[in-house]
Amino acid sequence: MDKVTVKINGIEVKVPANATILEAAHEAGVRIPTLCYLKDINAIAACRMCLVQASGVRGQAAACVTQVADGMVVETNTPELREARKKTLELLLSNHRMDCLSCTRNGDCELQALAREYGVDQYKYKGSEDLKPQYEHSAPHLIRDNSKCILCRRCVAVCQHNQHAAVIGTNERGFDTHVGCAFDLPLGETSCINCGQCIAVCPTGALTERDDTGPVWDAIADPKKHVIVAPAPSVRAQLGECFGMPIGTNVEGKMVAALRRLGFDKVFDVDFAADVTIMEEGTELLERIKNGGKLPLLTSCSPGWIKFCEYYYPEMIGNLSSCKSPQQMLGALAKTYYAEKEGLDPKDIFVVSIMPCTAKKFECARDDESAAGVPDVDVSLTTRELASMIKRAGIVFTELKDEKFDPIMGVASGAGHIFGATGGVMEAALRTVSEIVNGKPLENVEFKAVRGVEAIKEAEYDLNGTKVRVAATSGLENACKLLDMIRSGEKDYHFVEIMACPGGCVNGGGQPHQPGYVRNFVDLSAERAKALYSEDSKMKLRKSHENPFVKKLYETYLEKPGSHKAHEILHTTYVKRKVY
Amino acid sequence: MGKTQVIVGLGSCGIAAGAGKTYEKIKALKEAENLTFELKKTSCVGMCYREPLVEIIDETGTYLYGEIDEIRAVEIIDKHIGQQSPVKEYVVSSDLFSTPENEFLDDQVKIVLRNCGRIDPERIEEYEARQGYDALRKIATENISSTDVIQKILDSGIRGRGGGGFPTGMKWKFAANNVADEKYIICNADEGDPGAFMDRSVLEGDPHAVLEAMVIAGYAIGATHGYIYVRAEYPIAVKRLRIAIDQARKYGLLGKNIFGSGFDFNIDIRLGAGAFVCGEETALLTSIEGNRGEPKNKPPFPANKGLFAQPTIINNVETLANIPQIILKGPEWFSSMGTETSKGTKVFALGGKINNTGLVEIPMGTTLRKILFEIGGGIPNGKKFKAAQTGGPSGGCIPAQHLDTPIDYESLKAIGSMMGSGGLIVMDEDNCMVDVARFFLEFTVDESCGKCTPCRIGTRRLLEMLNKITEGKGTLEDLDKMEELCHYIQKNALCALGQTAPNPVLSTLKYFRDEYVAHVVDKRCPAGVCKKLVHYEIDPEKCKGCTMCARKCPAGAISGNVKEPHVIDQNKCIKCGTCMETCKFGAISKK
Amino acid sequence: MRIARIQNQKNDSTDNIPDLELLMPVINKYKGRKGNLIPLLQGAQHIYGYIPREAFEKISEETGLQLSDMYGVATFYSQFRLKPVGKNIIKVCHGTACHVQNANSITDAIQDALNIKDTETTDDGLFTLESVACLGCCSLAPVMMIGDNTYGKLTGKEAVRIIKDIRIKESQPAEVTIEK
Repeated sequence: MDKVTVKINGIEVKVPANATILEAAHEAGVRIPTLCYLKDINAIAACRMCLVQASGVRGQAAACVTQVADGMVVETNTPELREARKKTLELLLSNHRMDCLSCTRNGDCELQALAREYGVDQYKYKGSEDLKPQYEHSAPHLIRDNSKCILCRRCVAVCQHNQHAAVIGTNERGFDTHVGCAFDLPLGETSCINCGQCIAVCPTGALTERDDTGPVWDAIADPKKHVIVAPAPSVRAQLGECFGMPIGTNVEGKMVAALRRLGFDKVFDVDFAADVTIMEEGTELLERIKNGGKLPLLTSCSPGWIKFCEYYYPEMIGNLSSCKSPQQMLGALAKTYYAEKEGLDPKDIFVVSIMPCTAKKFECARDDESAAGVPDVDVSLTTRELASMIKRAGIVFTELKDEKFDPIMGVASGAGHIFGATGGVMEAALRTVSEIVNGKPLENVEFKAVRGVEAIKEAEYDLNGTKVRVAATSGLENACKLLDMIRSGEKDYHFVEIMACPGGCVNGGGQPHQPGYVRNFVDLSAERAKALYSEDSKMKLRKSHENPFVKKLYETYLEKPGSHKAHEILHTTYVKRKVY
Repeated sequence: MGKTQVIVGLGSCGIAAGAGKTYEKIKALKEAENLTFELKKTSCVGMCYREPLVEIIDETGTYLYGEIDEIRAVEIIDKHIGQQSPVKEYVVSSDLFSTPENEFLDDQVKIVLRNCGRIDPERIEEYEARQGYDALRKIATENISSTDVIQKILDSGIRGRGGGGFPTGMKWKFAANNVADEKYIICNADEGDPGAFMDRSVLEGDPHAVLEAMVIAGYAIGATHGYIYVRAEYPIAVKRLRIAIDQARKYGLLGKNIFGSGFDFNIDIRLGAGAFVCGEETALLTSIEGNRGEPKNKPPFPANKGLFAQPTIINNVETLANIPQIILKGPEWFSSMGTETSKGTKVFALGGKINNTGLVEIPMGTTLRKILFEIGGGIPNGKKFKAAQTGGPSGGCIPAQHLDTPIDYESLKAIGSMMGSGGLIVMDEDNCMVDVARFFLEFTVDESCGKCTPCRIGTRRLLEMLNKITEGKGTLEDLDKMEELCHYIQKNALCALGQTAPNPVLSTLKYFRDEYVAHVVDKRCPAGVCKKLVHYEIDPEKCKGCTMCARKCPAGAISGNVKEPHVIDQNKCIKCGTCMETCKFGAISKK
Repeated sequence: MRIARIQNQKNDSTDNIPDLELLMPVINKYKGRKGNLIPLLQGAQHIYGYIPREAFEKISEETGLQLSDMYGVATFYSQFRLKPVGKNIIKVCHGTACHVQNANSITDAIQDALNIKDTETTDDGLFTLESVACLGCCSLAPVMMIGDNTYGKLTGKEAVRIIKDIRIKESQPAEVTIEK
């Protein structure tokens, strides 16, 4: 790609010829404010915050979508532009219910931040409309409040294009435009898959997750309850961001310490259950290959993906692994294996998972996810909710000393840790499956071909003479492409990993919010995944089947992977769902 | 010549005025009495203020009769056909003698409207008989290259008649220069400006001109497919277009290998669905693609990346209607008319407080004064001219001091208005300019697509401010705040709808600030239009105490004894004006 | 706001399930063609007088178009109605020329005479009143359109008379013509 020279506020930079003015400005260390633009998701130039003066462009140029030209001279900071941005914000605020003090985004809101930067008069254009809350909370994972929506359309874009669910859209026109579902149905009555990407991209408090911390505080305070908490692989790579730490910092030790201080009785690691998942799923794969079962085997740890499959690709339900997700397996084992070991009544055990995911809130309430007759997992909290609990409890996160998980279900291999990255489940499975099939230790445990941020990753491995073809993808737009190729016969795999969220769980719907000016220039998935791969590379224990606590589980309780008992506790079923 | 012809004008306005009934009456008469004239249909000739129009052409000459209802229809058939005695008093135009209507017709130069009212638009033979498809034939038989065709259009100087004023030839050149496997020609027939009906008349009256132009345009840029995006509110135009397309296909003027040139071209109709914003080209394109009509940021420009991401030309109906004549008569002929920068003619739809409402086509450069006071016949009822609005909701008001401005893209912009698509609404002393601005803004707010902040929220706030002012709740600071917001919206909105939405406000503020000041400072509406600022008063000197007004008052707001002056309780008065209408003594006035 | 759009239906009326077979010719005509959504919606409205929810679902099923997209498009354009309408739709023009010639009084008169507000339908299902932006018959302002018929140079009284005439015609039994 050729490079061109551009001047931003007098600073000369060299950028690729197809760069936008926004990107060129970033090179020059100049931040042009944006509200609606999100790279690879939404580029519609609607909010008008990013308008700049650019030579060769009549009027003003929207920096987010305007391509640079060689020799272009750009001014981003004239008095007129600043005044215009102030007015744009004032107009947005005039139609925005200002609830800052109690809003979950207080201090973390893109509109609020810009309002402060531009010194706005929030009442200047106060209008005639009555800004009452417009709560819509029919779905289990989120609350929408259109009185705070600034119509940036990021949520619509991510739902329609990146996630292909297309359950929300923009309805009506002009001033009455609002984000809603078809027929203005409640979200809970549509085929929403609860992935929460819409929440992750929302710049204001219009979309928030359902706050489930209430029951958790109650359970912790209840002396009769034995409260177990277990965080997912991704959480340790994200949680630090909520406390001002750099993106991609692995805060596992502090996270465990904070959880203990919150008062949980036991702190387990979902990564341990991830190792168990590999045992079960690896066995399932080998069985299907040997006995001519339905192939490709599709992973089943992403509840958003599972729900999507049940709605839109019901004919592939038979391909799904019957394994529960690691979250559910952990809960199931807690209320069976652990309960029996400790002599506890499963009814008195309260399992809380901490997830980078909002679909997990839906998953805990699914049918056939109650191995001990009570739900495997009682509450699933997002990383964001955990952060709010830590802050409310007055725990100074950054000064905590590292602690370790409670070992019985708290030790995981590196394979378990990398579940949070796209390709991680695949790699973990390959480490175990290839060693079992080849009958000898792996020389290299790293299967780099399935790592990375490409849309669809493919690889072929020779396992003791059998050529096994695998693929991994994330983001449902990519999943659709892959599934259509499989359905048409164009592609033929044995094992496919599908994660609903683009980039894998580290970019899940429950992640800490990052404003547009970070998202547009930092690959969040890649940076957070680095933390996980880095932890894995430093470990000695890198394969699920070598995890001593996993071995103990099978030896003393489940007998062997795929046993009858394992099936009862650790496997589940799926249902066909009608779209709308 | 042959047989006598009786031609009834059946455009939408004609039908609305009762021409359909007139036609049926004449038809019935013809059959009942076995009369030997040829009964034909045509479309609007532009003289809407005299509808229904019936033209009789016999061996002596042409006679255009105006305001012919069923009763008069019987009269003229009986006298003119039956007794060979034309009824001069009903004639509005004739080639034999002049009438008062000559003031309306004489200064017009009909290029775009040349066939309107002259042919039956549902018969391709009548179009062909008047040089129809000759331009296309010429290109094919003389082997004129596409580059040469574009050069002719460039040299003619024709600019977009939809309001943008962009040189048509340049648009075609950009599209032609792109290499693509698929290109499109789109006719923008989404005439949404309230008060404009030029395009409707062309589509109803001369649809083949548009088709021929599209084929020529397709040939010029290398497109083989065209769409006509027409408002669904124009059912007659849609019907006539469908008939025209069918006929053109049958005659090989559309479809494969037109005139044996090896060039294929097909046209489809797409109906608009009721969104004024779809007149904006990127919104129009996305509408055809099946989306909400939300405009897109430019660049990319449609000539490079348009419909389905292919190079696309969007031209207005009126622009296209000029094309065949430019090809036939040559660019020099066209550029000999008009001004330095604005060549050719422009069609205007005269409406509002003007005597001769209808369509006029005049050379660019004609002054506004001439259009309004000579061709338009001046203001009815002896009222005083106040302002003329061009450009509809995107345009501005032109006050009396600028009446001698020649109509030209640049000069209209210089005085704070714009050419627009051709709607020309006249206002007199009884119109309130603040109310006019508010009316246009209400339209814009309703038609805003809602995508960008300045238009979605900004225009709405502007409207709220204007409402406040018309209700007597505004302040002088509001005027400044309003002006500031107007300039912001102009500079920051995403598309032309938003960018031009403040124009009516800015132009009325510029030329009629005194009216705004009266509304905010004196809480008074000088023209007596804004209901909340108007009050009715009984002059005690004139009042006879007849009690009629008190009895008619729906709010019971008038009190008084018989034979004594009455009084209106302003708190109860609902400003309906019934009392003023009722009073026989002129004792009640509106203030 | 003078120009109002028909409100979205919140409650499905269960007594009229539309015959979806009527929709198939339209669907087959436009299936697989680029940019087919608006012609499909227009076709559905032409058949039923409005677009029932079932029609949206059928079209989505047959063409793969997303319901949220379809609904977003249908609610954007003024032409689309999502609630059943009366047999005769009265469109009163409120364009500039008509406004200047007191179109408000026409709408007011009709509202009074029929006892309905703008966008509503009379109880007998005969008339729906709509305010529209501009019908393009400006020289005959003020103007209204009922069905395909345009009426110009109206007064409030005249408009009401025209509507009453239609009502009378509608209530007369249909004439039976005997073919000779």
